[in-house]
Amino acid sequence: MRVYTETVVYSAPEAYVNEAPYQIAIVVRDDGSRVTGRILGDRVSIDDHVELAETRSGVPYFRKAGK
Amino acid sequence: MRPVALIGLGKTPFGAFPDRDLRSLAVEAGQRCLENGHVRASQVEAFHLGNFAGPAFVGQNHLAPYIGQGLGLEGIPATRFEAACASGGTAFFHAWAAVAAGIYEIVLVTGVEKMTSQPTPRVAEILASAGDVAGEMKAGATFPALFAMIARRHMHDFGTRREDLAAVAVKNHANGARNPYAHMRKVITIEQALAGKKVADPLTVYDCSLVSDGAAAVLLAPLERAAEFTAKPVRIAAVAQTSDRFALDEKEDITTFPAVRRAAEQAYKMAGVGPREIEFAELHDCFTIAEIVALEDLGFAPRGQGGSYTSEGCTLPSGPLPVNASGGLKAKGHPVGATGVGQICDVALQIRGEAGEMQLTRHELGLAENLGGSGASAVVTILRAA
Repeated sequence: MRVYTETVVYSAPEAYVNEAPYQIAIVVRDDGSRVTGRILGDRVSIDDHVELAETRSGVPYFRKAGK
Repeated sequence: MRPVALIGLGKTPFGAFPDRDLRSLAVEAGQRCLENGHVRASQVEAFHLGNFAGPAFVGQNHLAPYIGQGLGLEGIPATRFEAACASGGTAFFHAWAAVAAGIYEIVLVTGVEKMTSQPTPRVAEILASAGDVAGEMKAGATFPALFAMIARRHMHDFGTRREDLAAVAVKNHANGARNPYAHMRKVITIEQALAGKKVADPLTVYDCSLVSDGAAAVLLAPLERAAEFTAKPVRIAAVAQTSDRFALDEKEDITTFPAVRRAAEQAYKMAGVGPREIEFAELHDCFTIAEIVALEDLGFAPRGQGGSYTSEGCTLPSGPLPVNASGGLKAKGHPVGATGVGQICDVALQIRGEAGEMQLTRHELGLAENLGGSGASAVVTILRAA
């Protein structure tokens, strides 16, 4: 799975104010489908490989592959 | 279909007005518009209201008859149109369609939003409801974040620079400083724009449009009757509304908005012109990257070159294609539901030669582009001197 695009959110919506800053990304899964998820740990860039770390309340959390 | 004219317009200033409520803003713009078009309330046959989130921002629903009553409109159809940031353009499109089809003679279109009574995190949450709440927004996206991801990909694919984004902000702030109705009349430098407080990387506060209160209104009538109301009718040469995939992660390529491209194609065909003939434009710069992408989707700049086109000065008031001479959403302000109608007012003011310090030298054929969400709705309008 690869990062298609990403951003670090500094100004968060009400529900996530306490978590900011946090990184989100659109990730391309191996079947070509895309999903928006959170990034845990190291910041990632476009084309970086990521792996699914966990799923919380239906939201996928990814981290840099091989870490 | 019969030709349709814009026969009147009216606006409130855009800004933060703690003492004004939503209805009073909409009524003020509507009344100014009726006076400007020399139309009595009793002559209006339908009322179209563009509003994104009145129920969430101020707790009031059923807004069209609520505001219509304040304008003295009695008994006529009064309808609210909602298409996120394209709510105003959508209300305008359907008013045009009804007049063109011969259903009504005179329609009043008003756009309004009252946003500043809520704290910023709550505003972000209300705006985020125009995105995919169960998907991208649940993951923590905001609208600035969605457009930041578009910017990142545009920079990656085409070499667009951070300075190109800043050039949009610097230009629109300089333009807004000449607009007495603008929310922020402050000239900024490229250094300031680059050093702004981070919102969502790579976007800073200077890349983001303003949270504003405000309203704008226009009156439409058949072109053949326009002279009854105004000495300066403006012809609706074309207007097209389109839609596209909803969430950003459902789009194949996030560096272009197919809804805008489709609307532009339809509008150019209807008006019988191409992008090279358009003399000036008001584009939906909700974020600086959105103006760059719009330049490409509307055919003003080659694909991938909207940023360099901007940095080369092509969109300055003195350039070959002045863009957002009003200051755009960036400096004029972005009261969401009012924006699409406000853009059409600003294009019409240029065509009528009434734009004051903002007046452009070539001003007979102008375009307005109004975008909803991250591209799920779009409206493109072309106006020309009648």
